[in-house]
Amino acid sequence: MPDLAIIIPSVLNGLTTGALYALIALGLTLIYGVLHIINFAHGALLMVGLYAVWFLNTRLGIDPYLALLIVPPAMFALGYGLQRGIIGRSSHGRDENILLVTLGLSIVIENLALFVFRSDTRIIDTPYSFETVEFLGAFLPLPKVIAFFGAVVTAAALWLLMARTDLGRAIRALAKERKGAQLVGIDADHVFAMSFGLGIACLGVAACLLLPSYYVTPQVGHGFVLIAFTIVVLGGMGSFVGAFLGGLIIGVVEALGGLFLGESLGQIGIFIIFILVLMFRPQGLLGHKV
Amino acid sequence: MLEVRALRAGYGAVEVLRGVDLDIARGEIVALLGSNGVGKTTFAGVLSGLVPAWSGTVMFNGSAIAGLGAGRIVDLGLIHVPEGRHVFPNLTVRENLELGAYRRARANRARNIDHVVSVFPRLKERFSQKAGTLSGGEQQMLAIGRGMMAEPELLILDEPSIGLSPLLVEEMFDLIGNLKREGLTILLVEQNVLQSMEIADRAFVMENGQIRLSGKPADLMDDPDLQRAYLGLA
Repeated sequence: MPDLAIIIPSVLNGLTTGALYALIALGLTLIYGVLHIINFAHGALLMVGLYAVWFLNTRLGIDPYLALLIVPPAMFALGYGLQRGIIGRSSHGRDENILLVTLGLSIVIENLALFVFRSDTRIIDTPYSFETVEFLGAFLPLPKVIAFFGAVVTAAALWLLMARTDLGRAIRALAKERKGAQLVGIDADHVFAMSFGLGIACLGVAACLLLPSYYVTPQVGHGFVLIAFTIVVLGGMGSFVGAFLGGLIIGVVEALGGLFLGESLGQIGIFIIFILVLMFRPQGLLGHKV
Repeated sequence: MLEVRALRAGYGAVEVLRGVDLDIARGEIVALLGSNGVGKTTFAGVLSGLVPAWSGTVMFNGSAIAGLGAGRIVDLGLIHVPEGRHVFPNLTVRENLELGAYRRARANRARNIDHVVSVFPRLKERFSQKAGTLSGGEQQMLAIGRGMMAEPELLILDEPSIGLSPLLVEEMFDLIGNLKREGLTILLVEQNVLQSMEIADRAFVMENGQIRLSGKPADLMDDPDLQRAYLGLA
């Protein structure tokens, strides 16, 4: 049994990673909750966000945290446009169409990225990349600490938006009762696109927070999206709080898995959890029975 | 206030409304009666923009509204409380009411919520509860309350008494009478002929997608056709 001096840093590291996973999963669960679709382009769009941050930094010298003012709004616009211009139009009211369209989008986007950026692994250099913060005897990379708090603040802001604003109420209303929503004058196409845009904007935030301690390749989204699916299922499809807690849990499980089983097997625990949840609590931690 | 002329509409190739003429003056309760499947709900849907009109005109306060989107029609103050309530089950009573003022009367939201819960005190007791946990009667009150939040010029109530216990039906019709006394103009779409006639100023009877009879309730109640078809009198 390793002592606490090893476990505590590992758990803290897991929490910082988990908060970013949570942010990615929040976007996915928001889109699922309202549009009832699994967005298969989620990973590809995260990759787009990461390249945007990389490009702004290496070509224009913009700090990734400053890019928070640019990339999330741009990703929001991209998401809004994709839903309104492509996904919504090609769905014709059928879920399997949406599924295939988002899958197709992800293939197109990834291949475009391969064409433009090649498959090289790109990183950015920041003055704080190797700074650390000491907490409970553990030395945590500064970018991961910032990412943790950034993700928490973003999740809280999103929660407030959903709970307290007319847009949030309209999104939730439309998720369950389309006819009633139309009759109070909610423009369904607009609100669907807003939801998709918000989900993709979460990826923009995640990209800005992630790149200082990570890298980008055209395939970088795959690993994240698989984990994000697991989190969404673990938390309960469409559940906000569930997705956030699920993200933290998965982050810690992965870190402890890496500690006990070795880095390459670290993710085994995640998928064991995934299978156990599906077997014994298919509605997820905080989801409702279907 | 509302003037409908030669309105035709349907779904796919099936024509449901075959040339409907109907009008409503400010401050009236007009009942639209008829049995199941004659086109009453389709008619209400065309008025509120849920169902596209094929031809004919719908003038509301001087503007042609056939073909406008549901949102624009809400802006003009024509508010439709649908059959089957369609409240937001995952939102609280309060949030349902707030969304009633999503486009209209936003500035008066707080005042109008107070007003709605004074009309429907039961909603006040359930204020923070999810609408999906309410009883059928409470959901109907919430649906009407949500409609009132937009300060409607014309309120369409589609089958407000359906699925309610006889006692609640009585209560619902009393409430609708009270709304009229507040100055609301109401189109009451109902199968319940007797009780609708009691509170309506005028009534239209629809049959097979057309208006078959219209007039004041007292005159209609003497009509042998109506007696035979709807009241079971020989």
